[in-house]
Amino acid sequence: MNASYEAVIGIECHVELKTRTKMFCGCVNEFGGEPNTKVCPVCLGMPGALPVPNAKAIEHIVTAGLAFGAEIPTFSKFDRKNYFYPDMPKDYQISQYDTPLTLGGAVKYWLEDGTMRECRLTRIHLEEDTGKSTHAGSGDGRIAGSAYSLVDFNRAGVPLMECVSEPELHGAADAIAYLESLRRTLLALGVSDVKMEEGSLRCDANVSIRPAGSSELGTKTEIKNMNSFRSVERAIESEIARQIEILTSGGRVVQETRGWDEVNGVTHSMRSKEEAHDYRYFPDPDLVPMEVARDEVARLAAALPALPWERFQRYTREYALAPKQATQLIDNLSLAAYFDRVVAASGNPQQSSNFVLGELSRLANETGVAVASSSVSPEHLAELIALVEGRRINSKIAKELLGRMWHGEGSPAEIVEREGLAQTSDPAAIERFVDEVLSVNASVADEYRAGKTNVMGFLVGQVMKASRGKADPALVNELVRKRLC
Amino acid sequence: MTDESLIGKSAAEIAQTVRERGASAVEVTEATLARVDAVEGVVGSYLTVLSDVARSQAAKVDERVRNGERLPLAGVPIAVKDNMCLEGTRTTCGSKILEDWIAPYTATAVARMLEAGAVPIGKANCDEFAMGSSCENSALGVTRNPYDPARVPGGSSGGSAAAVAAYEAAIGLGSDTGGSIREPGAFCNLVGFKPTYGRVSRYGLIAFASSLDQIGPLTRSVEDAAIAYDAMGGYDPMDATSIDRPLEATATGLLDDLKGMRIGVVREFDTKALGADLDARYRLAYADLERLGAELVDVSLPTADYGVATYYLIAPAECSSNLARFDGVRYGLRVEGDDVRVMYDKTRAAGFGPEVKRRILIGTHALSSGYYDAYYVRAQKARTLIARDFDRAFERCDLIASPAASCPAFEFGSKSDPYSMYLMDYYTIPMALAGLPALSVPCGWSTPEGAKAPMPIGLQLAAPLFAEKLLLGAAHAYERATRHALARKPALEGARA
Repeated sequence: MNASYEAVIGIECHVELKTRTKMFCGCVNEFGGEPNTKVCPVCLGMPGALPVPNAKAIEHIVTAGLAFGAEIPTFSKFDRKNYFYPDMPKDYQISQYDTPLTLGGAVKYWLEDGTMRECRLTRIHLEEDTGKSTHAGSGDGRIAGSAYSLVDFNRAGVPLMECVSEPELHGAADAIAYLESLRRTLLALGVSDVKMEEGSLRCDANVSIRPAGSSELGTKTEIKNMNSFRSVERAIESEIARQIEILTSGGRVVQETRGWDEVNGVTHSMRSKEEAHDYRYFPDPDLVPMEVARDEVARLAAALPALPWERFQRYTREYALAPKQATQLIDNLSLAAYFDRVVAASGNPQQSSNFVLGELSRLANETGVAVASSSVSPEHLAELIALVEGRRINSKIAKELLGRMWHGEGSPAEIVEREGLAQTSDPAAIERFVDEVLSVNASVADEYRAGKTNVMGFLVGQVMKASRGKADPALVNELVRKRLC
Repeated sequence: MTDESLIGKSAAEIAQTVRERGASAVEVTEATLARVDAVEGVVGSYLTVLSDVARSQAAKVDERVRNGERLPLAGVPIAVKDNMCLEGTRTTCGSKILEDWIAPYTATAVARMLEAGAVPIGKANCDEFAMGSSCENSALGVTRNPYDPARVPGGSSGGSAAAVAAYEAAIGLGSDTGGSIREPGAFCNLVGFKPTYGRVSRYGLIAFASSLDQIGPLTRSVEDAAIAYDAMGGYDPMDATSIDRPLEATATGLLDDLKGMRIGVVREFDTKALGADLDARYRLAYADLERLGAELVDVSLPTADYGVATYYLIAPAECSSNLARFDGVRYGLRVEGDDVRVMYDKTRAAGFGPEVKRRILIGTHALSSGYYDAYYVRAQKARTLIARDFDRAFERCDLIASPAASCPAFEFGSKSDPYSMYLMDYYTIPMALAGLPALSVPCGWSTPEGAKAPMPIGLQLAAPLFAEKLLLGAAHAYERATRHALARKPALEGARA
C-alpha cells in the first residue's frame, strides 16, 4: 500500500445459525437438498401464515454477544425490512432495526506473527435468510439477459446472524485475521458451521482510505460478492489500490456498492447511494417484543466455552508455543480441548503440542479417526511424555508406543513394562552393542576414520537396531564417537 | 323434521338436535345447501359454495356422533369469510389477485370449528382484503342485505353476515380489524363479536393489519356467539401474538339480568349527532340496560375521536407490508412483463382494487423515511393514549355501551367518498385499537330515508381485556329481555325463522 494512505475497513458478516429448525417455522435447517423440499406455508410466505421465533436462534445470538463482551439489552424486537425481491417470499425480511439483541463488544484477533488486536463490534442482530435465485438462459448465470429465473426457498427462513464491525481494520491482513477469529469463535460456541463455501458465512466489506495520520473517515464503498477468505483479501487489496489511484490522480471516491469480480480481480460498480432502498422498517406486528431475561443471560454466560483468543494468549504466553502451533491447535476445536487436557495431565505444553500436532495428528490423518476420539487418552499421552522426559524411553520407542496406544493397547507404562521397552541407558550394555556393530562393520569404521564422517549416522543406526531401539540415542552417539576417535 | 325447521334453528339447537340424533348432520347440510340454492341469487353471500366439502364433513360428523363424541357444534352449518384458509379450497380475499388461489393449509380457527363438528357451507364474500365497511370493495361478487337487497350487508365480513341473516349458515366466521364483524352484525340483525386481540388464532387468516385483525363469530343469538367462541378461541403455538392463557368458557356464563353491573355511557359519543330517531333508540337501549339492573355511569374517552385518524395510519402501514407478498412470483395472479419489476407492477396494478391500492399507498407513505416519525410513530402513541382512556373508563364501569354504527345499512353506491366510508367505523375503531373485546347486539329497528322497511341497528358493548364472559353474559341478558332481533324477518322469498 501507498505509505501516505491508511485504509479503514469495517466488515459486515452474515452467518447462518446452526439450529434444528428454521427461524420462524418448523422446517429443517439444513444445507442443500432438492429445491423447495424444505419448505412450508410459513417460510414460503403463503397468505395467512405467521412466524413464530426460534428460541434457540435467539440464544445463539446472545451467546455470541456474550463471547464478544457485548451488552445484552433487556428489550429487543423484530422489525420488517421492506423491499421486493423474488427470492424473499414475503417481500419483506424479518430483521432487527433499532433494538438488536446485542450491542458493542469486540472481536480479539491475532496476526500471523502473534500480535493481538481487537476490532469493536457495532451490533449483532438476528434475521431470516432469503431463498436463492438461479438465472437461466443467459449462459453466465447472471440475471441480465437471462430467459427466466428459478427460485429455491430451502434457505428461506434460515436463522441468520448479522454481525457489524466498527471501521477499525486497516488492511486486508487485518480483515482476514478478524474474520478468522470471528469464524473460530462461532465454531467454538457451536452456533454455526461457518462454512463460506456453503454460504453459511458471507461478508461485505466497507472500505475507505484516508491520509495516514488523519482521524477523519474517507468516502467508503461497500464491497459485495466475496465468497472465500482469499477473495475477501484480494477484493480489499484491489479496492484500496483503486481508491488510492483515484485520490492520487486528483479524483473523488464515490459512495457506492461495488461487486467483486473474482475472474478479473477487480471490483465494479453495482449501485450508487442514490439508488439505495428506503426499507420502511417498522416493528413486526406478527411478533411480540422480546424481554431477554437476566437469569437466562447469566445461564448462557456460565456455559461459554474456552474462547479462541483466550486460548491463543494462554498457548503463546503461558505455554510459549509458537503462534503457528498455537493457531493450528486452536483451529481444530476438539484437538485444542484434547491438548488442554494433555497439558493439564503432563504439565509439559511443548511436548504435548509436539505429540498432538505431530505423531497423533499423523495417525489421525492416516486412520481417519479424530485424535480426541481415538483410544489415546490425554492421561496416557501425559504418561508417555513423562516416560520420554524421564528418559525411560527414547523418541523412536515413543512413536512405536503411540501407534500401539492408538490401536487400543492402553497405558504406555504398562506396555513398556510388559514388553521390556525401557530405554537402555547403561553404558556397559550399550558398549557391548557398539563393539558388536563395529566388529561387523570394521570397514565402515575405517571410512569414518579416513574422514568420511557421514557414515556416523549409519553406525549409530546399526547400534540402535542391535538394541532393538531401546538404547538411549544420545548415549549411543557419544559412545560410537568415542570409539571411532 | 322438515328442512325449513332445521335451518331456522340456532346453532345451539342444531348441535343438540344432531347430537341427540333428531336429525343428521347430513340432513342439516342438505337443507342448508338447498336454502343456499334458493336465496343466493338475491343475497350473494358466498364466493364459493363448498357442497362436496360440506357433505363429506357432515358425514364425518355423523360418524363421530354415532361413535359417541359430544361435539359442541355437531352439524352446525358455517360460513367462512374468504380471507381464512381452508385446505384445498379457493381462498380469494375478495381479490382478483387471489381469484384462483387454493389454500394449501387450514386456518387454526377454521380447523377448530370443524373439529367441534361444524360444517363449512361456503367461503363468504368480503371487502377486498377486508378493507371496507359495505362489501362493495369485493372484486368478485355483490352481496346484498337480506333485510333489503337494495342495501349493503356491511363489511368487511358482509358475506358471512348476510349468510347467517339469510339462514344460509348458523354461524359466520368474520374478521374484525376496525369494526368488520360488529358493523355487518348491526346491519344484518346479528350478534357480531370481536374477542380480545390474541384470543383467537390468526394463523391462516390472510392479514390486513396484523396488530388489529381478530377472528370472531356472527350469529343470530348471543348464545351461538359464545358457543362458537368457546370452540375457536384459545392459545395457538402457530401464532406468536396468540395469548397463552386459559380460555374461560363463556356459553355457560350467560346472564339473565345486569344486577350490580356498572355500564359506562361515553360522554363523547353523543347520539344526538345520529338524528332524532337513532338518538331515541339508543337512549331506549341504555334505559333497557338500566331496567335490567345495571347502573349507568358517565365515562369519558377524550382521545377516542382520534381513533379513525390513528387507525388509518396504522392499518394501512401494516397492510402495505402484509400485501407485498402478492407479487406474482409464487402464487395468485401473474401478469407477465419484460422483467421481474415490470411483472410486479403489472400484476399488482391488475390484481388489486382501488381501495387496496389507496391503503397501500397511504401505508407506504406513512412508513417512508422522513415521514415515519410524523405518521406511524405518532399514530402508535395515539393508540397508547386511546387504550389508556379505556383503562381509566373501566376503573368506573364494567362494560361500555355505545352505538355499533352511525346509521343502519345504506344503499349501494351511497358512500362513494372513501372518508365517509371510513367514518362508518367511528364507534368500533377505538376498541380495536385498544385490543378490547366488543360486540354488537341487535337493539331495534330504524327506517332510513328512502327505505321501504325498517332496518336493524346494533348496540355495541365493550369490555376490558379478557372479559369475554362478562361481555357475552351481559349481552345475553339484554337480548333475552328485548328480543329486537325477532321483530322482523329477512325480506326474502321463502324465508322463515
